[in-house]
Amino acid sequence: MTRPVYLVDGARTPFLKARGTPGPFTPVDLAVECGRPLLTRQPFDRRALDLVILGCVNVLQDEMNPARVAALRLGLGADMVAFTMQINCGSGMQSIDTAYRYVRDGSHDMILAGGTEALSHAPLVLRQSAVEWFGEMAQAKDIMDKAKALTGLRPEFFKPILGLERGLTDPITTLNMGQTAEILAHRFGIDRTAADTYAMQSHHRLAQAQKKNWLDDEVMPAFSKDGTVHEHDDGVRPDSDLDGLAKPKPAFEPPYGKVTAGNSSQITDGASWVIVASEAAVEKYGLTPLARIVDSQWAALDPSVMGLGPVLASTPIVARHDLGLDDIDLWEINEAFAAQVLACLAAWEDDAFCRDVLELDGAFGRIDRDRLNIDGGAISLGHPVGTSGNRIVLHLANALKRRGKVRGIATECIGGGQGGALLLEAA
Amino acid sequence: MFGSNTGPVLRNLGETRLECGPVRPGAGDTAWHQGRDDDIVWLVLDQADTSINKVSRDVIQALAAEVDKLERDPPRALVIRSGKPAGFAAGADIKGFNDMSRDQMSDLLRQGHEVLDRLAALECPTICVVHGAALGAGLEIALACDWRIAVQGASFGFPEVKLGLHPGLGGTFRLPALIDPTEAMTLMLTGKTAHTDKAEKLGLADVITQERHVRAAIEAIVADKIDRDQPGLKARAFNLASARTLAAQRMRSETQKKAPKDHYPAPHALIDLWEKHGDDPAAMQSAEIESFAALLDTETSKNLRRVFFLQQDLKNDGREEDGIRQVHVIGAGAMGAEIAAWAALKGKSVTLGDVELEPLGKTVSLARKICKDQHLSSIETRNALDRLMPDPKGYGIAQADLIVEAAPETADLKEKIYSALSDKMKEGAILASNTSSLRLKDLRGAAPDAGRFAGLHFFNPVSKMKLVEVVRHDGTEDEVVDRLARFCGAIDRLPVRVTDYPGFLVNRALTPYLMEAMVLMDEGVEKEKIDAAAIAFGMPMGPVTLSDQVGLDICLHVAESLTSHLDKSMPAISDRLREKVEAGDTGKKAGRGFYDWSKGTPHPDAAGGPDDLTDRMILPMLNACVECLRQNVVGSVDETDAAMIFATGFAPFRGGPMHYARTRGVDAILQRLDDLQDRHGDRFVPDPGWQDL
Repeated sequence: MTRPVYLVDGARTPFLKARGTPGPFTPVDLAVECGRPLLTRQPFDRRALDLVILGCVNVLQDEMNPARVAALRLGLGADMVAFTMQINCGSGMQSIDTAYRYVRDGSHDMILAGGTEALSHAPLVLRQSAVEWFGEMAQAKDIMDKAKALTGLRPEFFKPILGLERGLTDPITTLNMGQTAEILAHRFGIDRTAADTYAMQSHHRLAQAQKKNWLDDEVMPAFSKDGTVHEHDDGVRPDSDLDGLAKPKPAFEPPYGKVTAGNSSQITDGASWVIVASEAAVEKYGLTPLARIVDSQWAALDPSVMGLGPVLASTPIVARHDLGLDDIDLWEINEAFAAQVLACLAAWEDDAFCRDVLELDGAFGRIDRDRLNIDGGAISLGHPVGTSGNRIVLHLANALKRRGKVRGIATECIGGGQGGALLLEAA
Repeated sequence: MFGSNTGPVLRNLGETRLECGPVRPGAGDTAWHQGRDDDIVWLVLDQADTSINKVSRDVIQALAAEVDKLERDPPRALVIRSGKPAGFAAGADIKGFNDMSRDQMSDLLRQGHEVLDRLAALECPTICVVHGAALGAGLEIALACDWRIAVQGASFGFPEVKLGLHPGLGGTFRLPALIDPTEAMTLMLTGKTAHTDKAEKLGLADVITQERHVRAAIEAIVADKIDRDQPGLKARAFNLASARTLAAQRMRSETQKKAPKDHYPAPHALIDLWEKHGDDPAAMQSAEIESFAALLDTETSKNLRRVFFLQQDLKNDGREEDGIRQVHVIGAGAMGAEIAAWAALKGKSVTLGDVELEPLGKTVSLARKICKDQHLSSIETRNALDRLMPDPKGYGIAQADLIVEAAPETADLKEKIYSALSDKMKEGAILASNTSSLRLKDLRGAAPDAGRFAGLHFFNPVSKMKLVEVVRHDGTEDEVVDRLARFCGAIDRLPVRVTDYPGFLVNRALTPYLMEAMVLMDEGVEKEKIDAAAIAFGMPMGPVTLSDQVGLDICLHVAESLTSHLDKSMPAISDRLREKVEAGDTGKKAGRGFYDWSKGTPHPDAAGGPDDLTDRMILPMLNACVECLRQNVVGSVDETDAAMIFATGFAPFRGGPMHYARTRGVDAILQRLDDLQDRHGDRFVPDPGWQDL
């Protein structure tokens, strides 16, 4: 009998759309903004935590090991061990999974596990040729050497590259993430209208959740230094419709592609934390868990079809626990691209795919849209890559509780060709 | 940074040990501890029974004995430093000043000058190592050395001017000889402190290093490995008397604006000294001694020194550990925002609750501005802002050791807030109201625990006004009052303990002054004349300007509350005040009150007005202070004076309202009050308490 592991609470910042210039918060700022209220509302002294794990992909030079910087800024004490994890888009879930395994193994009782990302702060990167030129200049010993090196100066050295653009390109296949979604759209027959319709629903669902205050305990307002209050996820378009979504041109493979800025996840800043605790900690501090973490799974596949990661990661969990389609009350599949989510659904409905790849006896079946991403997802919220995995687990726990449901899976695709999934049950 | 992060390793290692060569500080009861090692003599200043060195008669005499030895048996080098972790030396022992006659003082000064001259004349390199503050006479010892090593964090300054004095142990000629004379004069005229980096830039410090490298730095100096600019280069430009006269004129007019000569003679005397003798150190030295002894005898200096000790007394009241780590402030209005921001800046973990998000956001930017005004670095600012958590959902209530309620001044609202706290507050937590016009006895019924309920009355702006009234009602537990006083100390404010009286002490005394100014305006006296008269008395601003700054709505509220709660005759509340409040012209915050604030702070400057103008405003304030003393609202004359000075800026050079009354003579004041009563009515009836003063 393994030790039960609980997700007792969690909170995140609003997700703030990147608007061309660096946003008001660094990755650690974001982690502090939502970490403070989360820790303040706990009945225990924050220094009772055992460990801090934080997912973050784009780490700033000023904040090496953001987990440790955040731990100290949150007042967790000099003796708080903290490390940062990176598995690209799965980082925020990897932190929860690691916490889950540590607690399950009995080495830790209470861990703060999060994800943070400030994509608006992604650096401008110098071209390799420019870096080499700067190196030569620095090494030039005398005036003559310097003059010689100076002649190598080229105008393009001053044209920096967006680090973000490079980060979203697969280094093995040289495909952009959007292109991997195009491949899936083609292979699973997802057309533009289907993708746009999915995107529209994402916006409508998030708008409804905001309006009904379903996110009140989850989203903590963030306060920037100039006094601006960021209360809600600001990428949502409540009046999104198919006409509007039909307008943007394909973003990655024009003119014939299906994937547009409108049906892709938004580039955003945001952070999210959850508290993972043992039964002993729950009893000691009188905590009321949101959910129990039951199982986790990671999977890897060809980088060019990375979008099917959720299918490969979730199915073994379902199989291990002998669960059928109806046993999973709620799904959170991170919405990297509408076409990619729809391709996952199509794969589970594909008899041959399920037999050959997933080793099931036949098609897993059709996941009901009423059970999937019920309050929107990365298309309406945005996708701060290191954070999203954390957010979907937290939101799944909150949604299970709100609907009084028993079981849910949170899963995401991961750039580079991987997938991660976590199974939660009502506590 | 939310809370403290210090871990067990640093706690175990403790403070960095001070490098004292062969000397073990703390041994014996002499001020200076001497040791010789590798032919370098170390003189470590470590006075017995105190945590901070002060330059006293003993320190000077013992130094003379050490210099004797050095002259007889010269070492390779001399190192002077402090053995106290707190810093080098906080200046002269001014407590000793009061017991000395003018002749004794002159003798001591001559002795001091002689020993510092001999120290400066030693042939071996003399090196002063400064960590922490080197102020006043402490800095004068450092200036008599050839070299100054500043340990990172060290600071240098001549605060004498704040005590109505100027440097008296050679600072007036040694500093202008070492650094740019205009910079030197600025330091001495303003009393400001130069921190490490500034000190290096000015040329005050020759080497900047960390404590762990002090010995290596000394060795580098002894081995002649340190290059530095020839000191005194810039002084040459002012060898011409005409150049000094020109500069002195500018200094005089600048100084006059902030410290008029009639009220504050010291800075003006210093400018005279420099103008006359700036090119002749020997003449400057004897003039300095004479001028210093004369200033010491002035009422201004005596009163400012008194105020200094009053401030020490209030500080001492708040010095112990307060046991308050987390503070929750309710209400992000002007006061709540300031209190929260200030407490966070001073190291408390603060949550700030408000039903609206917008004022919470504004508080964050206000806090950032206060950090900037306080010269915090960007990292210190970040940490302060991390400690200030906007808390729209009130999560901080359950974790707070202290809750400060700074909600709008309506009893209903406050009572509603208190009753919502009852099942949430941590056991043992304190609830304090920042109310200025309501009575605690009327509010305590709604507090979750009346014994742990008190007043904590801050003044606006909190970052500038040092005083806080710690108010008890007759059921407040002693321990609660003690901890609130310590909390004030912990956030670098000055607590004064008062009882639950209409207006407590400060507003009770200040309100008649403000109201009388409005009566005068109603009589047709120009507001500029009213304000100018108060400024001429020595107030930092006039009552009309002050009313605008406080907010006319708040003035009206306090005036109404006082008028209804006191069975004393008060000036009638001016109709003009009511009209202004109704029209929304509530003063500075509205951009318009009695003055137009749209172009900044008004500077009224108009002589004239009725001949009893000043007394009509000032004497009711004194009368109310006496009433508060009689009613035991405040414990002592000293606390009354301190409170009025640090809450309202009451002319510090006059030593406080009660000290002023005593100086002018109680009989003279009673007569004047009788006279004013005859002319203007019963609001001038002398309080019966005068006879006990």
